Amino acid sequence: MTTLTPPRVTPARVTQEIRTPKRRWTGWQFTWPFAAVFVVAFIAPLLYALWLSLFQNQLVGGNAFVGLDNYVLAFNDPAFWAGFGRVFLFLLVQVPIMLLLALAAALAIDSARLYATGFFRIVIFLPYAVPAVVAVLMWGFIYGDNFGLTASINDWLGSDVLAPFAPQWMLVSIGNIVTWEFVGYNMVIFYSALKTIPTDLYEAAEIDGARGWQVIKAIKLPAARGAIVIATIFSIIGSFQLFNEPNVLQPLANNVITSSYTPNMYAYSLSFAGQQYNYSATVAIIMGVITAAIAYVVQLRGSRKEDR
Amino acid sequence: MRTTIRPQARRASAAVAVGLLAAGLLSACGGAETGADAGSSEPDPEAAADLDAALEEGGELTYWTWTPSGEDQAAAFMEQYPNVTVEVVNAGTATDEYTKLQNAIAAGSGAPDVAQIEYYALQQFAISDSLVDLNTLGLGSLEDQYTASTWAQVSVEGGLYGLPQDSGPLVLMYNQDLFDEHGIEVPTTWDEYVAAAETLHEADPSTYITNDAGDPGFVQPLIWQAGGHPYTVDGTTVSIDLQDEGSQRWADMWNQMLEPGLLADIPTWSDDWWKALGNDTLATIVTGAWMPGILEGSVPEGAGKWRVAPIPSYDGDPTTAENGGSSQAVIKQSENPELAAAFVRWLNSSEESVDVFLESGGFPSTTAHLNDPEFLEAAPEYFGGQKINEVLVEASENVSTDWQYLPFQVYANSVFPDTVGQAYTQKSDLNEGLVAWQDNLVSYGSSQGFTVEQ
Repeated sequence: MTTLTPPRVTPARVTQEIRTPKRRWTGWQFTWPFAAVFVVAFIAPLLYALWLSLFQNQLVGGNAFVGLDNYVLAFNDPAFWAGFGRVFLFLLVQVPIMLLLALAAALAIDSARLYATGFFRIVIFLPYAVPAVVAVLMWGFIYGDNFGLTASINDWLGSDVLAPFAPQWMLVSIGNIVTWEFVGYNMVIFYSALKTIPTDLYEAAEIDGARGWQVIKAIKLPAARGAIVIATIFSIIGSFQLFNEPNVLQPLANNVITSSYTPNMYAYSLSFAGQQYNYSATVAIIMGVITAAIAYVVQLRGSRKEDR
Repeated sequence: MRTTIRPQARRASAAVAVGLLAAGLLSACGGAETGADAGSSEPDPEAAADLDAALEEGGELTYWTWTPSGEDQAAAFMEQYPNVTVEVVNAGTATDEYTKLQNAIAAGSGAPDVAQIEYYALQQFAISDSLVDLNTLGLGSLEDQYTASTWAQVSVEGGLYGLPQDSGPLVLMYNQDLFDEHGIEVPTTWDEYVAAAETLHEADPSTYITNDAGDPGFVQPLIWQAGGHPYTVDGTTVSIDLQDEGSQRWADMWNQMLEPGLLADIPTWSDDWWKALGNDTLATIVTGAWMPGILEGSVPEGAGKWRVAPIPSYDGDPTTAENGGSSQAVIKQSENPELAAAFVRWLNSSEESVDVFLESGGFPSTTAHLNDPEFLEAAPEYFGGQKINEVLVEASENVSTDWQYLPFQVYANSVFPDTVGQAYTQKSDLNEGLVAWQDNLVSYGSSQGFTVEQ
């Protein structure tokens, strides 16, 4: 038995080894429940919308393939671009304000100089827990310039300076509601990012003599950068999808919030009031592509900074 | 888009007053030119026998409605015809229901057998070949039972696409206390109305003659009352002229109140509106005959103050228009159209059903109920003991039948705020708004394959 016998490699075993990749499929099978729902609820509607956007179904004359006509129409549609411009302006102004407020709140709560941080955290977060429709109805009453709170304030001031439903103020009024709703949500994201910073970093900073702003600038903000990028992307998507707030306020200010006030409202009225499902799908796809592109650019820029 | 006219938005509690009443209507008085002359004509005893046989045989029906009395009516029906089962579904009010109905029709399944459809939207469904022509089932013979104006509303292009459930002739409701306080007489012409608007607002800047924040369901009946005929529909050919004589007549008159700010900028049906009706902010509303019951139920503070008068005229001619109102139609998808038609017939012409409907506060479309002396004599306390039904019934006799809606009226109403609404916001010339609206409708109509003439 001194001779060394090479390990016997049976053909069967060889095949088994070659087949090893097959075993990896077991893992994939666990994704089926997710994948099935993902395909049915996400991929399929997306493909269907793409398909729809290539046709035109008329009340008289029926359905016909029109190629990219709907896209040409949308690119030349002033109503669509006016709505787009509106949400873009909203994005440029409201999102920075909201995120700065959320960041300030998160830093304040994280600063350990505040009493009852738990109380403040929950109170700032609370508006997010109110269903959006209920929140907007409530704000609709507050804004009411006939008999609402605004009317009372105007009476007290003896003027009619406050006019939240006036055409020039409507977007600001909506921005105020959205900020109120989402500051708490973003604050929680930022706060949890700040919470993950190891305490020895603070100790080191203290030993180095860093104070206040220096700690924030050198430790807290860099650590929260990932969260800020994510929150920014969510907010961009939210702005482009603006629908709930203007839609619920519409009955109160019918002539200001038109049927194409935001791209999403436009898509909604195109399909549900005008039965222009095909064109509505086109508008939705264009908005989806623009949103994805802008969110992607933000993500690229955000992560590049992170690498530095 | 939900602010389009909602005559059906009556509170169940409300209309008890109206329910008790009913008065005489001369359906004979107006020749219904607009399509009512269609193929209906001769009663067909054979068809009627078919419907009776269907009721006997029984089956199952689905009925979409938002009428408060819908459930009770269906229950009474099933009691009378135990072989039939009716499932009542509230698929939303007005536009919400139409959206679902449209989707179900497009999908080819899922639509009910019978659906409630307002007059203004009926044409849209009729033209798209979604409804059963009830003439083919012999219901044309019921014409005599209804007012001429409601019958004209369910007759489209020679077909009969529904039976009238209720009607809403335009009347003027006014706050007597406010008028007395400022020494204003009840206006009988629009000139007097405009003058009253000025007097009132000058005397007390917090009061207005009425509210109007721009509502297509309100503006179109007013154009109708002014003798306008902006829409002419002939098959798939549509003429749109929102600058015809009647449309301009209304716009020029309304401009006199809109431009100087004599109209309260309060949307109808909003919470603020109900408050304004109860706290003497609004002196009048021009509204449908279904309103008294709703007002009594929703604005208790107004008790004893409000009265009803005929709508102001332009030149003494008492012509009025129809504001809202619904019909019940049989959807083509129905597997048992005879049974569905028999149900519709019972729903809107039988004593048992209409009584239930009136109890919940509806204003009838049937001449027998409008002629009922008890209905005419009713003098509700809320209206200071005025015999309001006499006024309402008289209005229903004066409705012009010369009116058509567009085959895409639901869309048209949805873009009203985008166009005419801008004139309201800027308090500028309504005619310009009407032109913008027309442009939008012409381009939509063309893109949907209609031949559109201006």
